[in-house]
Amino acid sequence: MLSKTVAELASALAARDMSSVELTQIYLDRIAQLNPKLNAYVTITPELALEQAAAADVLRASGKATALTGIPIAHKDIFCTRDVLTTCGSRMLANFTSPYDACVVERLQAAGAVMLGKTNMDEFAMGSSNETSHFGPVHNPWDQARVPGGSSGGSAAAVAADLCAMATGTDTGGSIRQPASFCGITGLKPTYGRVSRWGMIAFASSLDQAGPLSKSAEDAALMMNVIAGADARDSTCLDLPTEDFTAQLNQPLSALRIGLPREHFSAGLSGQVQEILQQAIKTLTSLGATFKDINLPNNHLSVPAYYVIAPAEASANLSRFDGARFGYRCQNPVNLEDMYKRSRGEGFGDEVKRRIMVGTYALSAGYYDAYYIKAQKIRRLIKQDFDTAFQDVDLILGPTSPHTAFKLGEKNSDPVTMYLEDIYTIAVNLAGLPGMSLPAGLLGGLPIGMQLVGPALSESRLLNVAHQFQLHTDWHTQRPEV
Amino acid sequence: MTWETVIGLEVHVQLATKSKLFSGSSTHFGAAPNTQASLYDLAMPGTLPMMNEEVLRMAVSFGLAVDAEIGKRSVFDRKNYFYPDLPKGYQITQLDFPTVGRGTLKIQTEEGGDKVIAITRAHIEEDAGKSLHEDFQGMSGIDLNRAGTPLLEIVSDPDLRNAKEAVAYLKKLHSIILYLGISDGNMAQGSMRCDANVSIRKKGDKEFGTRAEIKNVNSFRFVEKAINYEVQRQIELLEDGGRVVQETRLYDSDKDETRTMRSKEIANDYRYFPEPDLLPLVIDDAFIEAVRATLPELPDTRCQRFIKQYGLSEYDAEVLTSSRDMAEYFEAVVELCGDAKLSANWVTADLLGLLNKHDLDIKQSPVNPESLGRLISRIKDNTISGKIAKTVFEALSEGKNDVDAIIESRGLKQVTDTGAIEKLVDDVIAANPDQVEQFRGGKEAVFGFFVGQAMKLSKGKANPAQLNELLRRKLSA
Repeated sequence: MLSKTVAELASALAARDMSSVELTQIYLDRIAQLNPKLNAYVTITPELALEQAAAADVLRASGKATALTGIPIAHKDIFCTRDVLTTCGSRMLANFTSPYDACVVERLQAAGAVMLGKTNMDEFAMGSSNETSHFGPVHNPWDQARVPGGSSGGSAAAVAADLCAMATGTDTGGSIRQPASFCGITGLKPTYGRVSRWGMIAFASSLDQAGPLSKSAEDAALMMNVIAGADARDSTCLDLPTEDFTAQLNQPLSALRIGLPREHFSAGLSGQVQEILQQAIKTLTSLGATFKDINLPNNHLSVPAYYVIAPAEASANLSRFDGARFGYRCQNPVNLEDMYKRSRGEGFGDEVKRRIMVGTYALSAGYYDAYYIKAQKIRRLIKQDFDTAFQDVDLILGPTSPHTAFKLGEKNSDPVTMYLEDIYTIAVNLAGLPGMSLPAGLLGGLPIGMQLVGPALSESRLLNVAHQFQLHTDWHTQRPEV
Repeated sequence: MTWETVIGLEVHVQLATKSKLFSGSSTHFGAAPNTQASLYDLAMPGTLPMMNEEVLRMAVSFGLAVDAEIGKRSVFDRKNYFYPDLPKGYQITQLDFPTVGRGTLKIQTEEGGDKVIAITRAHIEEDAGKSLHEDFQGMSGIDLNRAGTPLLEIVSDPDLRNAKEAVAYLKKLHSIILYLGISDGNMAQGSMRCDANVSIRKKGDKEFGTRAEIKNVNSFRFVEKAINYEVQRQIELLEDGGRVVQETRLYDSDKDETRTMRSKEIANDYRYFPEPDLLPLVIDDAFIEAVRATLPELPDTRCQRFIKQYGLSEYDAEVLTSSRDMAEYFEAVVELCGDAKLSANWVTADLLGLLNKHDLDIKQSPVNPESLGRLISRIKDNTISGKIAKTVFEALSEGKNDVDAIIESRGLKQVTDTGAIEKLVDDVIAANPDQVEQFRGGKEAVFGFFVGQAMKLSKGKANPAQLNELLRRKLSA
C-alpha cells in the first residue's frame, strides 16, 4: 500500500477501499518506525495529519474530493507553515513558527492533501548532501551510510522510503533533481515563475523554484496541477492560465527530437553512467524519439557563475536573520553590534556563513563588476546556449549527477568538490528552465537518474516524456529495503 | 578671499498613499507602535514585495511637473546595511534606473531674477522604521509603522549658490508637491526631509571643493541656518589653512551648529544590486499621458495666469500661487466679490498677517474665503469703508463668520446720508476756529486734521468721499 503512487492511492480512496485517516495512520506508523534511522523529517505532526485526514474524508463524503484529497504528503522545511515549526534546517530558526502558510502549503491544503510533517534539508537549502542541516544529516534509504543528496534530501528520502506519498521541494541549483537521482525517485523543477515563492524562505530569489518529489511523473503532474499558477503576492510568479499537467501524459513520442549535450557526455562522466543513459536513449528511441548531439558551450561556466549570483542574493536575503524580531538571539548581548555578530555567528552554520561571505565579497565596491556583473553576463550566455539548442530539439537529455549517492562525510570537507555536484543541474536554474530527474537505472545497488530539460513552460511535454518512459521501464518502481 | 558656496539638495518626500510601497499596511501617521506593520514590513521569512502602483503614478506626476525625463523602465535595487529599524537588512531603492530622470525647477532669487535649478533625478524607495531610545531601560524600542512607507528622493544638481536659494528651491519643491497632492509635505512630522551637500570654492574656480552632507534638517528656517553655519565653518577652516573632510554632519538646532555624524572613510559599502523579487517597472506613453491628464495647474502656470487674468503684480501673483491652498483661497474670494486687486490686497496683507501672527496654515485660517469675499463686497457697495472693514475682519478672525450680522449688530454701516455728514462737518468747523483760520490762510495740510476729527466724530462710519467733498466745500466757502 505504502509504495503506491498518488494516482493509485487516489483510486483506492475514491473506491473507499480505505479512508484517508487509515492511510495516514499507516504512514505515521512507518515514520515512527523508520525516521529515527533516516532523519528525513525534522518535525512530524501526527495530530494535525489525522485531523486533516478526517477533514479530507468528510470532503470526500460530500463529493468534493480532488485528486490529492486525503493523500499524505510532506513539506520541505523551507515552506512556512502556520502553527508548525519552520526551521529551514537552521539553528537560526530552530524555534521559529511562521504566522502564515506558504502559497504552496496553502494550495495543497486547500486541495485536501494531508501534511505528515516537515522534512530535513541542508541549512537554508545550501548544500548538495543534506549534511549542512542543523538537525543532522539525512540517511539515504538505499544505503544509510550514504547521503540522500540535497538540499531537498529529507523530502527525497521520505518519498523513496515510503514515509509519504510525495513531497514538496525547492531547487535553486539542483536541490530537487540531484536528491531525486540519489534516492531513485522523480523530481521536477518547474520553469522559474511557475510556482509562487510566497512563503518559501528565500535562498537565491532569482533561481529558487518549488516543485514536486514523487514516485512517478504522473504524480508530479498531479502536484503541479495544484501548486502551479499565478499568485499576486509574488511579482515574479507568471500570470498564466491554469494548465492541466496530466493532459498530455499519454501523447505518443513520435516526432520527439531530443538533444544530447556533448558537454554532458564528456570525459567527466563515468562509463557506467554513460551506459545507463544509453539504455534510456534506446528505450526512448523505441518509443519514436530521435536523438541528436548538441552543444552547450558555456556549460562549464555555470558553476562559477552560480556561485557568485546565488551567494550574492543570499547575502542580502539572510540579512533579516539579525536576532531582532524572530529566530535565534544570542544570550545577553551587550550592544547592538554584539547582538548582530553573535546571533548570526551562533545561529548560522559554516556553509551558510561561507556563502554570505562569498556573496558579500562579490557585491563589494571594487569587485561588483568583476564578479556579479560578469556572472550575469555568463548567465545570459548560458540562456542563449539553451535557446539555440531548442531551435533544433524539443528536449535535452543527460545525467542529473555524475555519479550515485556518495558516502556521508566523503565530500563535506571540500566545498568546491561539493559545488561541482551540481555541474549538470545548475545551468537549468540560471536559464530559468524546467528540468526533471527520473530514475534511469541502478549502479552497485544505488539508483541513478537522468535529467530532461525543456524550454520555458514545457513542463507538460517533460512530464509526457517521463511518463511514457516510466510506462516502459520499472526503475521508478524499485524501492530500497530499509 | 572671496568664496563661492555650492549646494546640492537631496529631499526625501513621503508619498501620500493609503498603503505602503510594497505591502498593504496603512501609512497613517501617529498610530500606536507596530500596529501598521504587516508580515512583509516585519521581514518575516518567505514574504515578498508587491508594488503599489499608486506610488508609480505619483512619481511620474512629479516627473512631469518638473519637466523631467520619465524612466520607461525603472529598476529597483537593494541597498544593504544592518540597522534594527531596517527589518530586511536592505532598503529597496532605485540606483541606476530611477523612475524620474533629469528635470528642472525655476526659483526666484533674492535679487529678483529667475534661476533654473537642474534636478538630477528622483527615485522611489522605502522608508525605514523608527528606533526609540527612551523608556526602554537602556534598550531600544523599534516601531515599524513607518517601515516601507513610500519615499520619493529628489536630488538636485549642485546649482544652488547660497542658503536663500536653497530655501527658495525647497519652498518651490514643497509647493509643487502640494499642488500635485502627492505628499502632505509636513516637515515637522518628517513627510519632507532635506539633506544638504555643502562645499565652498574660490570664486572663479572650476573644481568643486570637498563637501559635507548635512542630514535631516526639518524646517526651511533650519535649512538656511544650517547651511549658513556650515559655509562659515568651512571658510574659517580653509582660511586657517585646514581642509574640509568629506563627512556626514548633523545640524543641532538648539546650538545652531553642525557636527560630525560619521566620516565617509568608515561609511558603509551598501553593496547595491538589482532586487530579484521585483520585475522592472515598465511604463508606456499611454500611462504617462494618462498621468499627465490628471496634473493640476502648477504654480508657474498659475502665477502667469493670475498676472494676465487678474492684472496682479508679479510679486502678488507669486505670493498667491506659492501654495495651491492659497491660490484656491484667493480665487474663491475673487469669485465672490469680483475685485481681484482688492482681494489680492486683503489676502496678502491682512489675511497673511493674521496667519503669520498665529503661525497658522491657510487651511487653518479662522476667516474663510466666503466671509472675506463678502467683506470685500461690502466695501465695494459702500456699506462699509475700508477702514471699518478692518474692524469687521478682526471680528471674523475671532470666530464670527456672518459679515452682515457683524456690521448690523455693531452699527458699523457707513453713513452716506448727506444731511448727517453735513452736520458732522459743521460741528467740526464750529469747534475748531483756529484751524479754520489756518486753512483759509493757505495751510492746506490742516485739511487732514478736519477729516480726522470728522471721522472720529462719526466713529469711522462717514463715507470718506462724501466727507472730503463737503469739508472742502464748506471750508472754502
